[in-house]
Amino acid sequence: MSNVSNTTPAPSPVLPPAGAGAMRATPPPPIGQTEPYTSEWDRTEAARAGQSPWLRNRRRAARDRFVEAGFPGTRVEDWRFTNIAPIAESRFTLAAPRPITRGDLAAWTFAGAAAELVFVNGHYVPALSVTGGLPAGVVAGPLAAALAADGPARQAFGAVVPSPLSTFPALNTAFFAEGAFVLLPPHTVLEGPIHLLFVTTADARAVETAMTHPRVLIVAGEDSQARIVESYAGTTGATYFTNALTEVSLGAHAVVEHCRVQRESEAAFHVGLVHVDGARSSTFTSHAFALGGALVRNEIAAVMNGEGMECTLNGLYLATGGQLIDNHTTIDHATPHCSSHEVYKGVLGGRARGVFNGKIIVRPDAQKTDAKQTNRALLLSDDAVIDTKPQLEIFANDVKCTHGAAIGQLDDDAVFYLRSRAIGEADARTMLIHAFAGEVLDRVGLAAVREPLRAELTARLSAVLAPAGGRP
Amino acid sequence: MLEIRNLKVRGGGKDILKGISLSVGAGEVHAIMGPNGSGKSTLARVLSGHPGYEVTGGEILFKGRNLLEMEPEERAREGVFMAFQYPVEIPGVNNAYFLKAALNAVRKHRGLPELDAMEFMALVREKMKVLEIDAAFLNRPVNEGFSGGEKKRNEIFQMAVLEPALAVLDETDSGLDIDALRIVSNGVNAMRSPDRSTIVVTHYQRLLNYIVPDFVHVLAGGLIVRSAGKELAHELEAKGYGWIEAGLTDQPAGA
Ligand SMILES: Nc1ncnc2c1ncn2[C@@H]1O[C@H](COP(=O)(O)OP(=O)(O)OP(=O)(O)O)[C@@H](O)[C@H]1O
Ligand SMILES: [Mg+2]
Repeated sequence: MSNVSNTTPAPSPVLPPAGAGAMRATPPPPIGQTEPYTSEWDRTEAARAGQSPWLRNRRRAARDRFVEAGFPGTRVEDWRFTNIAPIAESRFTLAAPRPITRGDLAAWTFAGAAAELVFVNGHYVPALSVTGGLPAGVVAGPLAAALAADGPARQAFGAVVPSPLSTFPALNTAFFAEGAFVLLPPHTVLEGPIHLLFVTTADARAVETAMTHPRVLIVAGEDSQARIVESYAGTTGATYFTNALTEVSLGAHAVVEHCRVQRESEAAFHVGLVHVDGARSSTFTSHAFALGGALVRNEIAAVMNGEGMECTLNGLYLATGGQLIDNHTTIDHATPHCSSHEVYKGVLGGRARGVFNGKIIVRPDAQKTDAKQTNRALLLSDDAVIDTKPQLEIFANDVKCTHGAAIGQLDDDAVFYLRSRAIGEADARTMLIHAFAGEVLDRVGLAAVREPLRAELTARLSAVLAPAGGRP
Repeated sequence: MLEIRNLKVRGGGKDILKGISLSVGAGEVHAIMGPNGSGKSTLARVLSGHPGYEVTGGEILFKGRNLLEMEPEERAREGVFMAFQYPVEIPGVNNAYFLKAALNAVRKHRGLPELDAMEFMALVREKMKVLEIDAAFLNRPVNEGFSGGEKKRNEIFQMAVLEPALAVLDETDSGLDIDALRIVSNGVNAMRSPDRSTIVVTHYQRLLNYIVPDFVHVLAGGLIVRSAGKELAHELEAKGYGWIEAGLTDQPAGA
């Protein structure tokens, strides 16, 4: 494996305010067309007669903002490696509800959840959801209802995602019909996880291609603790588009472990954005598993807005065939004495493409920052490609900031060592790949989530390793 | 057991072994000594099937079969075991899992039933006692974060579990303090048997006080330049390699 490891580069001169999007000179022209989206918006807006003026205004403004922003092409630095033409040039219709049973969900649910909210084609399905076991004061329920009245959900809505909204958050805000609202009152500790399951079911023969825009709002009060799992899944082989947006705000000393399990259909488009804002001494841990989808863009952006915050981003992505999985992460050290720890790993076979872009910003007064980033990818075939870039923007001088990348094949010495101990070559490779991926999985605290995922990973890794995608 | 005839090996574009012949009978212990860079590890690696070398001449027969035609895993299943001079760290694979897979691969090849977790643990505990290995060790990733001595001890532990017919120990003594050396040597001696052969690569006579060889060979410049009984090791310790190498090679003397 080739290895790069170094520390802080020289500071760059321009600095956007905390939480804001990057500044651009004249932006390159957008690609594709917004019209299919706006006409779908106009078509479906009539059916939303019951929505509050507050919501209507937000959604209409987001629609306009989307038209203004357009779809970014590959000339936009943040989208250099990921061509979203298939999304920008297609016509999607808002997914219609479809009947589904609890049994259909079996592969995606977790035992021991404190609450499980199930969304099918963007619609909340109470009959499939389990919410009875939550302690008093804890809210985990449908977002639309929570937004109906002026209250904590409205206060939190859009509070963490930077404005002006960029393309996909704007699209989500314009179109979202439903989502999840999780509220943890101060000092509550939730043992079992809250599971938010977003499923798209589609008829593989359908003429129209469905889209959903799931929205998740998580508000963790002071000194609260919870584990939240978001799952995205869909009918095998179906083509559809998921554009999910999650906002997490952590009060002082709050501890949130956030697990995102993306196992969409192999033909799906998935854009998944997570924005996090943490107050003093809060702890945010993310485990992001990207396993499915044909064209996938994940973004996690965490702003460390209080001293002593800790942020951990673990990521594992697995791609084979012609999959493209793009991970953009941003950790914004906006205050002193925060630490961040990031490990992203990818396993790529077939003609798969991976992108990892890990941005770390250390603001001028964020002294005593401790930031560590590791990015590793295994390329299991000659045609698999990874584009990877650390992006350190450091404006404080008393900081510890390291990043390392290792991209390549399996360690030949390790393969030989195992073979010299009677283990066949294919088994040796499988063992090493599992070990590589398993390290990310092992960090998931909850066995009830971790172990079913391990089984799924094993199955998926054997698909990546299948002769068509593997090396001899 | 092992018959090496006029073996010539290239690695990294240069000739490393230049015509080695060595015959190791069943139950024998052979020591191979020689200066740094003389080709000792190359010989060990070629025996275990390391893909980084090209055999340009000669042959190796193991139990009468052409060893060079076998894949590394096949050699291991047939009973070749090399204790690495520099054991490889394998993060994420724990010792128990690894060793069980290895042992069952060997057993399967030998027509023995595979061991389940319980049977495996029973067998392994026995061997751990001999090598004074801590129970926690089984759950640690293979060699990761091990000290030099722990890695070497792990090699011999693996050997004890896999029970090879031919063991090649490449500088298993380096990195061991005197107590560890005694433990490891005991482990090796406990396995001495009329149908197991051992090749011990070392720089020092000290190891050979514990694992007493039947023959000592000096490898220098890719050739075996001298073979004799165990007293040769004492002579080498006292005089260095210079007196043997003089006139044979331009390598600097001493190890
Ligand atoms: N795969 C390889 N590619 C290139 N050169 C090699 C390779 N393996 C060994 N060599 C070289 O061949 C020579 C013999 O190496 P080898 O490791 O066999 O020596 P050694 O006798 O074991 O030495 P030491 O006592 O230091 O362990 C050295 O010069 C070494 O650098
Ligand atoms: Mg050596």
